[in-house]
Amino acid sequence: MNKTYLNEFHSAHNGNLVDFSGWEMPINYGSQINEHNEVRANVGVFDVSHMAVFDFLGGNQVEFLRKLLPNDVNKILNAKRALYSPLLNENGRILDDLIVYHTGNNNFRIISNCATKQQNKLWFNENAKQFGVEVNFQENASIIAIQGPNSAKILSSLYSIDLKNFHIYQDDEVMIARTGYTGEIGFEIISNQEKGLKLWNHFISKDVRPIGLAARDTLRLEAGLNLYGSDMSIDNHPYESNLGWTIDNTDTNRAYIGKESIANETNTKKLVGFYTEERGVLRAGSKVYFPGGEGVVTSGTWSPTFKKNIGFCRVDANYPAQGNALLRDKEINLHFCETNFLKHLK
Amino acid sequence: MAKVPSNLKFLDSHEWARVEDDGTVTVGISDHAQELLGDIVFVELPEIGKEISQSSDIAIVESVKAASDVYSPLSGEVTEINEALNDNPEIINSSPYEDGWFFKIKPQDISEMEKLLDAAAYESSSEG
Repeated sequence: MNKTYLNEFHSAHNGNLVDFSGWEMPINYGSQINEHNEVRANVGVFDVSHMAVFDFLGGNQVEFLRKLLPNDVNKILNAKRALYSPLLNENGRILDDLIVYHTGNNNFRIISNCATKQQNKLWFNENAKQFGVEVNFQENASIIAIQGPNSAKILSSLYSIDLKNFHIYQDDEVMIARTGYTGEIGFEIISNQEKGLKLWNHFISKDVRPIGLAARDTLRLEAGLNLYGSDMSIDNHPYESNLGWTIDNTDTNRAYIGKESIANETNTKKLVGFYTEERGVLRAGSKVYFPGGEGVVTSGTWSPTFKKNIGFCRVDANYPAQGNALLRDKEINLHFCETNFLKHLK
Repeated sequence: MAKVPSNLKFLDSHEWARVEDDGTVTVGISDHAQELLGDIVFVELPEIGKEISQSSDIAIVESVKAASDVYSPLSGEVTEINEALNDNPEIINSSPYEDGWFFKIKPQDISEMEKLLDAAAYESSSEG
């Protein structure tokens, strides 16, 4: 099994290690609920070095990325910034989701998911050729996420920078992006492992708690952020995955991969949030129904922040405000809502 | 892992049983079970007066991660349930063998206790 360079730390600090797409990663360090609450109330640090970092070299990277991605990197050419986008195949179905970073002078980096690493390596290489762009996969990168309302204060003990949301800072050693997967103010720091270890140890010495992947999952769900492989896959297009906002057709002449297919998309399913006051947790795969339509739960959990069952489900577009589901053979009531529970349930 | 108390008997599905002075039997889940489940967020306890048979499912325990059935170590009648778990199920995580008990039964045939694993046997079976 693959291990990140922080594996020894995780083992030595009560990390419960599990197989996550072939990587031995900490699911929690004792209590995922305590870890979740720590990030909402204070700050926490995550090892996400299992994710894939691709750096592009030379050629016409702008035009390469404007073909590769449905979101348009033209938006971020004026500054060192980050942009979220799905990655589509020719049929307009979702291969992955990722963040692309403009690191200055029309040079770019992409960070994408762990399980899709090999697929993306091939896909990027195949499409980069015609633009003279070289794809460099960073096998040994460190990715540390520091997230929570006090993350900026902790980071300021090392860097006096003031980053706006989705902006990045870069020096010889690190790239720091104000991005994350928790719905809190936070930063993701990419470096080599030697620097990563120094940063990690510094944060731990400032009493920042390490947070496992289980809390990462409940944090992102509350924030309405999709998980590739659960809430969307190669079977889905962006419009039924709550990602219509990432399809940028401002430049009508731009021909990105999948454009024609999704333009003709007639499937009108929607990915929406649900919550219930019932006792119990409706989990992925459960059916939901309402007069004249139905759907299926793609992610479901108990929300530590709202202390109730929340989740996402993909439903027919005529969904009403409320629906039903079977939880252990008992019919329960569901409320449908936007996926960002931090906004909706506050 | 905490030491398994030697006065308890176990099902290999991780429930424990303890005979009390008044002849009732208290039932809960093991420290190992709560560790496997992670943070517990709901329990569904049986109704008082319910008749149950040995090894049948009688309660549900649900963590953030997953829901699991709880099986009764003995046949008998439910005489008491731990109401505190309804509002504070996390007690099961912090005190699986004491405050986190699930329910008490009046056993129909106390000799059924002999079919259960003793602490040492449970400990070695759950280590696997």
